[in-house]
Amino acid sequence: MKWVRNLLDNMKPNFQKGGKFPWLHSTFDAFETFAFVPKTTTTSGAHFRDALDMKRTMTMVILALMPALLFGTYNIGFQHFHSINPELSFFEGFWDNLWYGVIKILPIIVVSYVVGLSIEFGFAQWRKHDVNEGFLVTGMLIPMVMPPDVPLWQVALATAFAVVIGKEVFGGTGMNFLNPALLARAFLFFAFPSSMSGDNVWIAEKADAFSGATPLAEMMVGANLPSTSFWDMFLGIMPGSIGETSSIAILLGAAFLLITGIGSWRITLSVFIGGALMGLTFNLFGSNPYTQIPFYYHYVMGGFMFGAVFMATDPVTAAQTNRGKWIYGILIGAMAVLIRVVNPAYPEGMMLAILLLNVFAPLIDYYVVDANIRKRVKRWKIKGGQNV
Amino acid sequence: MSDIIKINKGFDIKISGKAIEKVSSPLVSSYALKPTDYIGIKPKLLVKEGDRVKAGSPVFYSKLNEKILFTSSVSGTIESIKRGDKRAIEEIIILADSTQEYEDFGTDSLASMQRENVVEKLLKSGLWTLIRQRPYSTIPNPEVQPKCIIVKGFDSSPLGADYNFLLKGKGADLQLGVDVLRKLTSGKIHVNVSATQTTCDELLKLENVQINRFEGPHPSGNVSVQIANIDPINKGDIIWYIDAQDLAIIGKLFASGKLEMQKTIALVGPEVKNPQYFNVRFGACVSSIIENNVNTDKNLRYISGNILTGMSISANGYLGTYDNLISVIEEGDYYEFLGWITPGIKKFSLSRTFLSGFCNLLPSKLRKPSQIDTNLHGGKRALVLTGEFEKVLPLDIYPMQLIKACIIEDIDLMEQLGIYEVDAEDFALCEVIDVSKTDIQQIIRNGLELIRKEMGE
Repeated sequence: MKWVRNLLDNMKPNFQKGGKFPWLHSTFDAFETFAFVPKTTTTSGAHFRDALDMKRTMTMVILALMPALLFGTYNIGFQHFHSINPELSFFEGFWDNLWYGVIKILPIIVVSYVVGLSIEFGFAQWRKHDVNEGFLVTGMLIPMVMPPDVPLWQVALATAFAVVIGKEVFGGTGMNFLNPALLARAFLFFAFPSSMSGDNVWIAEKADAFSGATPLAEMMVGANLPSTSFWDMFLGIMPGSIGETSSIAILLGAAFLLITGIGSWRITLSVFIGGALMGLTFNLFGSNPYTQIPFYYHYVMGGFMFGAVFMATDPVTAAQTNRGKWIYGILIGAMAVLIRVVNPAYPEGMMLAILLLNVFAPLIDYYVVDANIRKRVKRWKIKGGQNV
Repeated sequence: MSDIIKINKGFDIKISGKAIEKVSSPLVSSYALKPTDYIGIKPKLLVKEGDRVKAGSPVFYSKLNEKILFTSSVSGTIESIKRGDKRAIEEIIILADSTQEYEDFGTDSLASMQRENVVEKLLKSGLWTLIRQRPYSTIPNPEVQPKCIIVKGFDSSPLGADYNFLLKGKGADLQLGVDVLRKLTSGKIHVNVSATQTTCDELLKLENVQINRFEGPHPSGNVSVQIANIDPINKGDIIWYIDAQDLAIIGKLFASGKLEMQKTIALVGPEVKNPQYFNVRFGACVSSIIENNVNTDKNLRYISGNILTGMSISANGYLGTYDNLISVIEEGDYYEFLGWITPGIKKFSLSRTFLSGFCNLLPSKLRKPSQIDTNLHGGKRALVLTGEFEKVLPLDIYPMQLIKACIIEDIDLMEQLGIYEVDAEDFALCEVIDVSKTDIQQIIRNGLELIRKEMGE
């Protein structure tokens, strides 16, 4: 790979101070460090460092998303052809389904990355920072929480909104308090409800005669149980947002995140606990069919699983203390089920639950840290300390 | 025997190049005093180039406390005074005589001495500077009585020297050193040893002390971690600490009246051909120690101290006052094609995103030595990941919050989050595993210095 290195070394002076394009320094740096881990050595503190860096961390998350993305791609195609021919079985016309899905999803991914990364690069350039890798994950999450038929201009608009208003105005990566991918979805949800809700958006170019209602929508209008079986929902053979349908694919990703230690098991586990607690509470006191479904149905319907594994665990917007993570996760799980069952306006509660707890995460942390501070002050006081 | 204090969090970094139990006494002719070794002093020279000094003669003092003298460990001639930015004194280099002359500090019996006599003798001989205090890790103010004194009896850092070996035959000096410390405080003298490694009677049979036995991975040898478990530091508390080897030197001064600033140090690291121990005087030039004993075909980094907290020095650099290790590792100034995506069987990482990371789940005895170099392995980024630092910091401290408080220079918040209980070295492992490649030790040090100046200490 010597020639790539030489090429980069030859180009480098152009992008440095005094070169032709100093204003493109961050962009060059992003591509250079993509190709080569830089030769920078330690100058202060510990003389050696862990080989793990932000690029690898983010790459791990993207790898974890792959099973859900692949399944989602196939499912777009299957749901489309299934709506035309309800007799179709899942693996019938495998390549047609897959090809249809790829054609649908690729433009969405491209738009999300192109729009988001352009803005990220622009801001990095403007701030004279290196480009942070956070958007690599966000850019993949955004397509996965979109319905398959979403217009591309809406994807572009939502991505731009999420990156600029959700992240950059607060100072960029690490400073935002709302999950950017969910913010993109919420933006479309409230700005263009017709392309984000109802029975017609969850299957790409759905045949008119086919119902197309998601299990969540069926439950909201009073079904006793969704028409899709639990196992089909677990496998993900149902209409829905692109990446959210298959619990098993998401769980594969979750296992990968937990093994590599990148995802917070505390958050994922506590979201499930919170969902179960609220589900069981409804079972005890509820009066309509929706309150009576077993709590684990909530896990496999809609975006619960996807949110628990990939959205709630975003380290920037989640609670940062270990104790805080438990509280944060349990509340997300509970709120998601609560919104689903009680609120008549929105069939899906996960997105709103996570965004709500994103807002409260700093407050949760504040009280967790405050307990530590109080303990310290108490110790000082016992020792007769003054001025505390 | 007291109970064992178990430290659960932390990590033992295993690398090759541990010193074998062999000691030699190299011929060293160049020595240096480095004011940069000490935190919070303003050096004012007492000598100029060409002056003659004896072992024990003062070379400079601190303008902030004129009683604190810094003395020469050898007799010889002041060869040069190296200055850095803003004419700050970096090194005072002394060319040693072939036969040593010593200042006489008297051999009054310790029993008859009052605290002020003991303090005066320590200050005059320069050995006072071997004692440090928490918070801040500065040289303590002699007027103050600490609530206790810690004697550091083991080193848990990577390739740390074996104190059983360092202290061999120094039992009497150590005991006398302890008796000296007894004069300085009415509080306890803690001797902190490792439950698994420390076997020497020199430490375990000391009298008039409390022996505390610690077990667990690094940083179990750090003073902050030990204090937190035996006598937590509160705002306004002062604790002193001293290395066991340095304490023996104090003992020796009171026994003989001569300043024998000699200690055993270890030359360690993967790039050292024959890692072993050396007897040297304080501030010795390392060139004769490392000569012909390192892999010269590579670009190397020499560190006075351990690889987590030591100071980078040149191949002709000088040993730091508080260090008993010279570590040598490879410089990592190379590009690596798509290095961030490789499976990483040989890379050092605590994370399980590299295959090698899974080996780190094993206890350190079963692990193969990791391969390390000084490459940063990535660019500096915003602090994003959470919950990682807590795994390697065995203190009741919220590390990320404290780091951020230091960055924004919020003194009240730093205090509330426990800045007095920590030192930069406690965050070394956090710094190693930090995905954002932030220089955390420097941030904590800056925070401590900000408070110290604000408090006028």
